[in-house]
Amino acid sequence: MNEIAVEVKGLKKSYDKVDAVKGVSFSVSKGELFGLIGPDGAGKTSILRILTTLILPNEGSANILGYDVVKDYKKIRNNIGYMPQRFSLYQDLSVEENLEFFAQVFGTTVKENYDLIKDIYIQIEPFKNRLAGKLSGGMKQKLALCCALIHSPDILILDEPTTGVDAVSRKEFWEMLIRLKLKGITIIVSTPYMDEANLCDRVALIQNGTIMKIDKPASITSEFGRMLWAIKSENIYKLIQDLRQFEFIDTVYPFGEFIHITSKSNNMDTNSLISLLKGNNHSKIEILEIQPNIEDCFMALMNN
Amino acid sequence: MKKILYILQKEFTQIFRDKTMLPMIFGVPIIQLVVLVHAATLEMKSIDMYVIDKDLSSLSTKLVNKFEGSPFYTISGKSFSITEANKEIENNKADVILHIPYGFERDLIREKSSEIQLQIDGINGTAASLINAYSTSVISDFNKDIVVELTQMPQLAKIEPIAIQTSYWYNPELNYKTYMLPGILVILVSIISLFMTAMNIVREKEMGTIEQINVTPIRKHEFIIGKLVPFMIIALFELAFGLTIGKLFFHIPIVGNVGLLFGFTLVYLLVVLSLGLLISTLASTQQQVMFISFFFMLVFILMSGIFTPTESMPLWAQKVNIINPFYYFMRVIRMILLKGSEFWDISREFFSLLIYGTLMLGLAVWRYRKVA
Repeated sequence: MNEIAVEVKGLKKSYDKVDAVKGVSFSVSKGELFGLIGPDGAGKTSILRILTTLILPNEGSANILGYDVVKDYKKIRNNIGYMPQRFSLYQDLSVEENLEFFAQVFGTTVKENYDLIKDIYIQIEPFKNRLAGKLSGGMKQKLALCCALIHSPDILILDEPTTGVDAVSRKEFWEMLIRLKLKGITIIVSTPYMDEANLCDRVALIQNGTIMKIDKPASITSEFGRMLWAIKSENIYKLIQDLRQFEFIDTVYPFGEFIHITSKSNNMDTNSLISLLKGNNHSKIEILEIQPNIEDCFMALMNN
Repeated sequence: MKKILYILQKEFTQIFRDKTMLPMIFGVPIIQLVVLVHAATLEMKSIDMYVIDKDLSSLSTKLVNKFEGSPFYTISGKSFSITEANKEIENNKADVILHIPYGFERDLIREKSSEIQLQIDGINGTAASLINAYSTSVISDFNKDIVVELTQMPQLAKIEPIAIQTSYWYNPELNYKTYMLPGILVILVSIISLFMTAMNIVREKEMGTIEQINVTPIRKHEFIIGKLVPFMIIALFELAFGLTIGKLFFHIPIVGNVGLLFGFTLVYLLVVLSLGLLISTLASTQQQVMFISFFFMLVFILMSGIFTPTESMPLWAQKVNIINPFYYFMRVIRMILLKGSEFWDISREFFSLLIYGTLMLGLAVWRYRKVA
């Protein structure tokens, strides 16, 4: 299980004057589901494009299954499946034609590896004669995954596969990934959605081209090491403003309908906070102590 | 090798699925050949002539009648006023003014010589020189007639010290269509190969499909062959299709060896397809391809000698034509079709293009590797 599938060392990539990746190192074991988590522009796509041999790094090295991404790119291309962020199959070819074409250029047939894609393909099979450009977003994504898998790659690399996909399809998609992992495929996936981090075996938190932390999602959250409260009231905007005024409050981040806060002393009398807020004309105040999630950790790491 | 076949299969599926493609392949040649061959003619069929006959003698009337009787001239108006006549030219109502001065007949009889004036609208230089040539020939014809009449010695008139018998080789009737059709075929074949190749490759970039192709084991040369071969086949088909139309509807002569023509076209396509590939590496959107290829095509077409003989260009322009692939093809297609030239007659062009094509392909592939 601990055999290394992907090894990245001191990777750097810059475009003109912008440093997209500033010395990134990590390794992925065989059969692992590894997540690159970070906001847009963090450098995720650049890292994945280097791994898929599409662009060359300026510095550092990366190897996949022992093959160097620069020198042995031909061997790597036979062993990886890549699903780019943007749908990049032939829109003017049908579902079936796309799948067949990609099978053929990898020197295999759809039949040969049908087992691997069966679960996914069965969902789009009713539309197999439809042009890929005419599919819905979720179906396009399934087709793209099928095409990335059709040559039975050892490693699957997915660039933000769930961006712009509805919540149900997102959940389905991750279920598919986990099933693929169980078949022994190493998966590297990038996503800006922090909630998806928990579904990975290990994640790398990326910000501004550097990795802030690499660990199991559970370890990352357990290392948060501080008390965290979620708080809400009727006027969220004013609440944020007010909370930031208080001396004893450390961080204030909005999370959906709640605001996550930490205190400087790492301890807080919630009742006195409530009465303080009531003094500021807040009503329907709710406050509860919560376990930190990946996003909280991300925010905390970002501030360090 | 098998992979290339799969790529070709995919390309053809896509090309024929494209709704604009089939009309382009069949419609464009028909329209271009039918319309352009008829329209882009240098024959002047209706020259509007304005007449100022101040003499109003029998000889001057005879001259005017001679023009009127010619199929090329229409008398658009007559008057005695030069201002009136100039106005007609300015308003585009007349192409030429025939001015016969007072005393024309008298001078001719008494002094055996007389003068008339032709004023030609010179806006279009080509048309003006044609009108001049036509008019001069009508007048010299008239000259001959009156010599006979005036001298009353018919035998004298027949004595012509040097008889000029003109015969035009390879196009005896100076049929304009025979000359234009091969030229238009050149443009047609070039557009298909240059434009479509570049557009097709850039579309893969625009759609992002090239990303997906690049992570497959498809090698660059396989991809390039897969892109160039379909358009080469289509271009050759266009040539055959255009020649068939030319033969059936315009009865153009096909004197030379068609096989040789296709062989030469293949070498020509090597250059043009490579240029298309090169353009595709310079552009990242289809719009940019349009601009770049329009630039090249316009220069190449105008300098190719389709309308004007390249020999009449300034020397520097003739030198520049060395890098104009259209120029070679324009020359050779006419040589083979009209003259029946053999391989050795066109070998200079053949080998020039072969070297040119090899260099061009090398450059394009090198550029392609660098950017992709």
